[in-house]
Amino acid sequence: MIDLHGYGPRLFEGALVTIELAILSLILAVVLGLLTASAKMSRSWPLHRLGTLYTTIIRGVPDLVLMMLLFFGGQIGINMFTDMLYDRYDIDIFINVNEFVAGVITIGLIFGAYMGETFRGAFLAVDSGQIEAGRAYGMSQWLVFRRIRFPLMMRHALPGLSNNWMVLLKTTALVSVIGLSDMVRVASEASKATREPFTFMIIVAAIYLLIATFSEWGFAHLQKRYNVGFGESH
Amino acid sequence: MAATPIPLEVRNIKKRFGNTEVLKGLSLQAHKGDVITLIGASGSGKSTFLRCMNLLEQPNEGDLIVHGEEIRFKETRHGREPADWKQVVRMRAKLSMVFQSFNLWSHMTLLENVIEAPVHVLGKPKKEAVEQAHALLERVGLSERADYYPAQMSGGQQQRGAIARALAMDPEVMLFDEPTSALDPELVGDVLKVMRDLADEGRTMIVVTHEMSFARDVSTQVIYLHQGLVEEAGPPAEVLGNPKSERLKQFLAPKH
Repeated sequence: MIDLHGYGPRLFEGALVTIELAILSLILAVVLGLLTASAKMSRSWPLHRLGTLYTTIIRGVPDLVLMMLLFFGGQIGINMFTDMLYDRYDIDIFINVNEFVAGVITIGLIFGAYMGETFRGAFLAVDSGQIEAGRAYGMSQWLVFRRIRFPLMMRHALPGLSNNWMVLLKTTALVSVIGLSDMVRVASEASKATREPFTFMIIVAAIYLLIATFSEWGFAHLQKRYNVGFGESH
Repeated sequence: MAATPIPLEVRNIKKRFGNTEVLKGLSLQAHKGDVITLIGASGSGKSTFLRCMNLLEQPNEGDLIVHGEEIRFKETRHGREPADWKQVVRMRAKLSMVFQSFNLWSHMTLLENVIEAPVHVLGKPKKEAVEQAHALLERVGLSERADYYPAQMSGGQQQRGAIARALAMDPEVMLFDEPTSALDPELVGDVLKVMRDLADEGRTMIVVTHEMSFARDVSTQVIYLHQGLVEEAGPPAEVLGNPKSERLKQFLAPKH
């Protein structure tokens, strides 16, 4: 049996942190992605530019740099803000950037940009005649989105979405650098303390693989659901 | 109160795409039970005219009155737009459209297609909508196909399904945009038969079509469009039987 030197429970907690972080980041990324896609397809010029600016910046700067920029830079920004409150209004508050929240925001922001591109392509692939039919039958814009545009779009978006999710899942490992005790950080501490890096890293690798396998299974289900009416997926 | 309002009236519709004026002032009144066919060469503006009637295209000028209610417009940076989209949504629910390429929702079964708008737009109880849908599907000869997806049906079946979807709204006026143009010749007959039945039961219909026999036998009024203007209009016996304009004579002459 593998000897975990008592690190088992902490590794388990770390794995939970990783999963929570990944799922919350995914939700944020999907919301941001939908907003970005809408902005980029909008006929409003400022919205269009804003969407393009966002995706250009995010996709052009390394994830690790963004994460440190947001975490450390964000803390400085908040400190400046609270100092200003104290100086001007005599309000004394202290806000500490929480590593978990910072992680979710950074990863969500990064993948929102990628999701934006995925969603935009998928929206453009939807047969405009079916959207028109919805409008012609008296559906409001929201109803058309909810009942027709979104489900039809998802069929095209899912392959890209599942790809983004896999990369996102692995990107969560980066949060260990800002001090969040995800499973990579726990494993790395355990490796140093026990001098058995192989044991802990192989366990971490196996857990990632396990989550990835489960996700693929989940995405296959979603794919099946959104492919209804289109025959078998290829 | 006056008599029942006219289901649909459009006055002096003008539409430009860029610098090209495709509709140069078209008017039409659809009284209850009217079957109006719009004919003309491609590019004459007949489909655009039809699409202006439910505001899938925004006319640059002109009035639109649905069941006595006039649609309000406003000028925006992007041109003329409806002032109140809620009004448009309400108006569209009274006008069902049947499209050239069917446009059934591909992720829903035929039955789901038919109940979709009655349930989500009109707020009909689902059970009632399903019962009605089954009756309508039987009427268009598709009761066996209720649980099929559009991709599993032939073009003719899809178009008859689309007509059932349109009927489920119990519309004031049905708009048909070249409903048989995308069909294989042997499938056209079934669709036309359903449309004839609808005309016989007194449905108000406006039909853009190339089917001259349908126009001749079924319509109460034929409008021949040429380059965005009405070239000739009247009862089918006159317009199709005894055309006055040279262009219409040529248009109606047997090809080859």
